[in-house]
Parts: sequence; structure tokens; C-alpha cells
Amino acid sequence: MSPILEPPANLRRRKVWARLFRLLCLSLTWLSLVLLAVLLVHATREGLPWLDLQFIKDFPSRFPARAGIKSALVGTLWLISLTAVFSIPIGVAGAIYLEEYASRTRLNTAIEISIANLAGVPSIVYGMLGLAIFVRWMALGRSVVAGALTMSLLILPVIIISSREALRAVPDSIRRASFALGATQWQTIRHHVLPAALPGILTGTILALSRAIGETAPLIMIGALTYVAFVPAGPMDAFTALPIQIFNWVSRPQQEFHELAAAGIVVLLAVLLLMNGIAVVIRQRSQGMRS
Amino acid sequence: MTSAQWLEDRPRLALGGKRARRWHEEAIKGLLFLCAVLSIVVTVAIAGVLIGETVQFFRAVPVWDFLTGTKWFPLLAPRSFGVLPLLAGTMMIVVGSALVGIPVGLASGVYLSEYASARARSILKPILEILAGIPTVVYGYFALTFVTPLIRVILPQTNIFNAASASIVVGIMVLPMVASLCDDALRAVPDSLRQAAYALGATPLEVAARVTVPAALSGIVASFVLALSRAVGETMAVTIAAGATPKLTLNPLESIQTMTAYIVQVSLGDTPAGTVEYQTIFAVGTLLFVITLVANLAANRILRRFREVYE
Repeated sequence: MSPILEPPANLRRRKVWARLFRLLCLSLTWLSLVLLAVLLVHATREGLPWLDLQFIKDFPSRFPARAGIKSALVGTLWLISLTAVFSIPIGVAGAIYLEEYASRTRLNTAIEISIANLAGVPSIVYGMLGLAIFVRWMALGRSVVAGALTMSLLILPVIIISSREALRAVPDSIRRASFALGATQWQTIRHHVLPAALPGILTGTILALSRAIGETAPLIMIGALTYVAFVPAGPMDAFTALPIQIFNWVSRPQQEFHELAAAGIVVLLAVLLLMNGIAVVIRQRSQGMRS
Repeated sequence: MTSAQWLEDRPRLALGGKRARRWHEEAIKGLLFLCAVLSIVVTVAIAGVLIGETVQFFRAVPVWDFLTGTKWFPLLAPRSFGVLPLLAGTMMIVVGSALVGIPVGLASGVYLSEYASARARSILKPILEILAGIPTVVYGYFALTFVTPLIRVILPQTNIFNAASASIVVGIMVLPMVASLCDDALRAVPDSLRQAAYALGATPLEVAARVTVPAALSGIVASFVLALSRAVGETMAVTIAAGATPKLTLNPLESIQTMTAYIVQVSLGDTPAGTVEYQTIFAVGTLLFVITLVANLAANRILRRFREVYE
């Protein structure tokens, strides 16, 4: 006689709860998609009527009908280019040191801890640092350089952390093969490790820069101007940026300015989505190459 | 490449130039080290700037009055420098955003790691990444022009600037981080634990609630703490949507002011360096910095101390 196991009496109830729980998790997860869609649709619907060539080509104005984002767009371009120039070489170099050279000394541990902490410092605190050091102490004023230096410090930990991950993903066999052929450590890094890690480094860097494009608070702290009716001609000029312009329009009570802000948001999000897309393509290409 | 070419370009053992090459190597290493050490310089600079101005501030205003005062009127006479209203405003946003971001984030993490098919993951992960990459000023706009009108339809007495609407969008803002950190923590739990629980007849709910989530608890709790820290430091959404009236209230439908919003308010005006107004932003900034630092250190500690290690 074989023992026939009776299903437990509460099985049906437990299964109902399990199904409800699954449904709850599923709907809450897809809620993110809904929220993203609502946000995008709302901003586009408000902003689209204002979005034309004139909006891109005009300077900001007191009159909504004549207001545009030319100075903001050019300012953002200046800011991001300079930020890239400052932050990428230093960030990647720091990552190479920590990943390829650093031994476990006390100083190197201190570097690791400070990077981890800097990554969690609120962006507005970087703005205060920029205000005190770059704007006042180094007397750079409210210039593009001061803004770019502040942004560079802000995204430096992000670049270092993502570059380190990319370097760590390079298999050790490549390094050993290069050493075995008599290459020095720097030759190994320069000719073998860095090229192999490049897609990963690039992806992380683009994402870090796209974060810098959207940051507003540090720029307000260092006093990026909200009304700029000229295009910066050099790195020492005053400037405004896209998120600053959006903030300026949002904080006015009139409905027209809110719609202008929406139009600016559509432009900003388009730029960010483009950068995210490029990062995704690079990542997928490199994964395709590896397999 | 032909072998002749290779012979031409091949790396050579430059024995004669060994000393020069050695010097070259050391110089590069030194340069890379300087770049890495910059992070310590930045940390020290942040601490130095904040402490320097804050010490100046405390010469004019006693520390005790700052930390325990219940009135914050720093710009107009009669002045009063009690930071509690700003702190209360920040805490209201933190609690509100946690109520939104933590349950949804955890549920998303559980769904992603325990239920989602590879295809669903490949759609959901990028969506969460995009949601995480949306600038905070955009969330502020969303709060002011979408969430607030929605709240006012249900509760017409709501102020145009209110803590509830800002909390909701900050919750949406921290949600992707919580979701992806919870997902990572849950996926690190070895599958054998799940399979053992299923073999004993547990339902998926029981497996998640009694096996995987407890096993990943350190990572999950750390993600919550990091979310709180993000909410403390969040600036633009609360500046735009939560208002500029520092007050001690428990009503989320009223206008409040957070620490970060106050710092923005002052720096939008033209405040000369060296004045007490200018120093207040550094005093408030120091408090902000200390709170986020403690939270981040706590999250790291939770991760390290309570991590379950599986072989």
C-alpha cells in the first residue's frame, strides 16, 4: 500500500495569497512604466505648441511668445564640453591607478573610502564647494569654467566607479600574456587593458555626463545666471544652462511660462535620451564583440 | 600582418634603455596616483569649506539656539536662527518619499528577481534606468503642474506649494535605485535556497517572504537607507513644489521649506560673502552633509556587518 499524501487543508488559501502577491509585485513594477509615460506625455502635451525653430533660436524674454533657449542650449554645450575635458582624463586615470597599481596601503584605503562617500554627497553641497573655492577663492567668478569645474568634481566619483568596473572586467589573462612578452606595466595598460575596457568606460562616462547635463542645484549655488541674453564667447564668460532656464520658467506663476518650461524639458529629455541611447548601443556592441 | 612587418614593429626588450623606461614608468604611476588622490583633496576641501564658514556662523549665533530653536527667520528682523522648522520640512519629505518609494521599490525588486522573465527584465531595467536619469528639475515641474493639481481635485484645501506633492515625486525619484539595489541583493541569494523551499511545498509568496527577502535583508535595508539619504539631499523638486515657508507642521498639504530649498532661496538672491545670511547656508549645508554622511556610512556598515556569505 502506497501512502497517498493529502494536500494540506490550507493549500487553496495559500495559493490565492501567492497569486495576489505576484499580481501586486507585477502591477507595482509596471507602475514605473506608467509613471514614465504619464510624465513624458504630460510634458510633451504642454510644451509641444511652443516647440519650434524660433524656440531654439531665440534668447529668453519677458514675453513668452518671444522666449527661446538659445543661450541656455549653448551654455549647456559649453558646460558639458569643459566638464568632459576636466573630468574624463582625471577620472579614468584615478580608476587606472586604483585598479591596476594600488596595493592595500592605508592611503589607498582612504582614497577608496573617500570616493565611496563623495558619491553620496548631495549635489547642492558640491555647489557650495564650487562657490567657495572656484567662484570666490580662485576668483573665477560666475563663469563657465567655474561651473564646469564644479560639475567635474560632482561626476568624478561616478566616472571613477564605472571605469573601475570596466577595468575589472578585463580578464587577467590579457595582462599576464602582455607581461610574459616583456611589456612593462604601463605598456600593458596602454595597449591592452585600456582598449579592452574602453566600451565600458565610454558607457559609464556618457551616463555621468548626462547626469551633469540635468543637474541644476550646483549651478544655482555658483550663481549661473537665470537671465542671459547672450552666448558665452569664452570659458570666462557668464552663462546659463538648460535646467537653470527650465527652473526659472517653472518658478514663475504664469501658465505660459510653465508651458515654456515644458518645451525646454522636452528638449532636455531628448538630449538625455539620445545620450542614453548611444551608451546602450556602445554597451550592446561590445557585448556582441565579446561573445 | 606579415612576419616581416611584425619583426619590424615587434616589442623589443630595450635592455639599454632600461633605466629610462623605468623612470618613465614611475612618472606615469605618480601621475595616475595624483589623479586618484584628488578624491581625498575634494573630501577635505568640502569639510574645510563647510566647517570654516559654519564656525564663523556660530560666533554670531550660539550652536544651541541653532539646533533647538523653533523659528527660522534668518533674512528679516527680528531674526531668529532655529533650524528645526527646516529640519522638520526635510524629514516630512523623507518620510513621505519613503512611503512611496520603498514599498514600490521593494515590490519591483522582488518582481524583477523572483518572477520576471528575461524578456520582461530586458524591458523593465532600461525603463528604471531612464526613470533614474530624469533630472530633478523635471520632477519638480511634474510635481507642480501635474501632481499638485491632482491632489487639489481630491483635497481642494491643499496649498499650491505642499509637502505631499514633493514627497510623491521624490518617492518616484528614489524608486529606481531601491528597485535595482533590491534586485541585486535578491539575485545574490543562491538558487539552492529557493529550490529547497519550493521542494518543501512553499508557495512563491512564502519563498519570497520567508526565505529570499530575509536572506537578502542587509542589501535591502541598505537600499532603504540610501533612499532616505537621497531624499534628504534632494533639492530641485522640493524647491519648486514644496514651497518656501519654514514652519513646524505635520500637515503635508501645507507649504513648507526644506534645508536644501532654503540654501537655494538664499543663493538665488545676491548675498555678499561674510554676512550672517551667507554663513547660514553653510551652517545648514553642514547639517545636511552630516546627515547624509551618517546615513551613507550606516548603509555601508549594514551591508558589511550583516551580509550573509554564501559559498
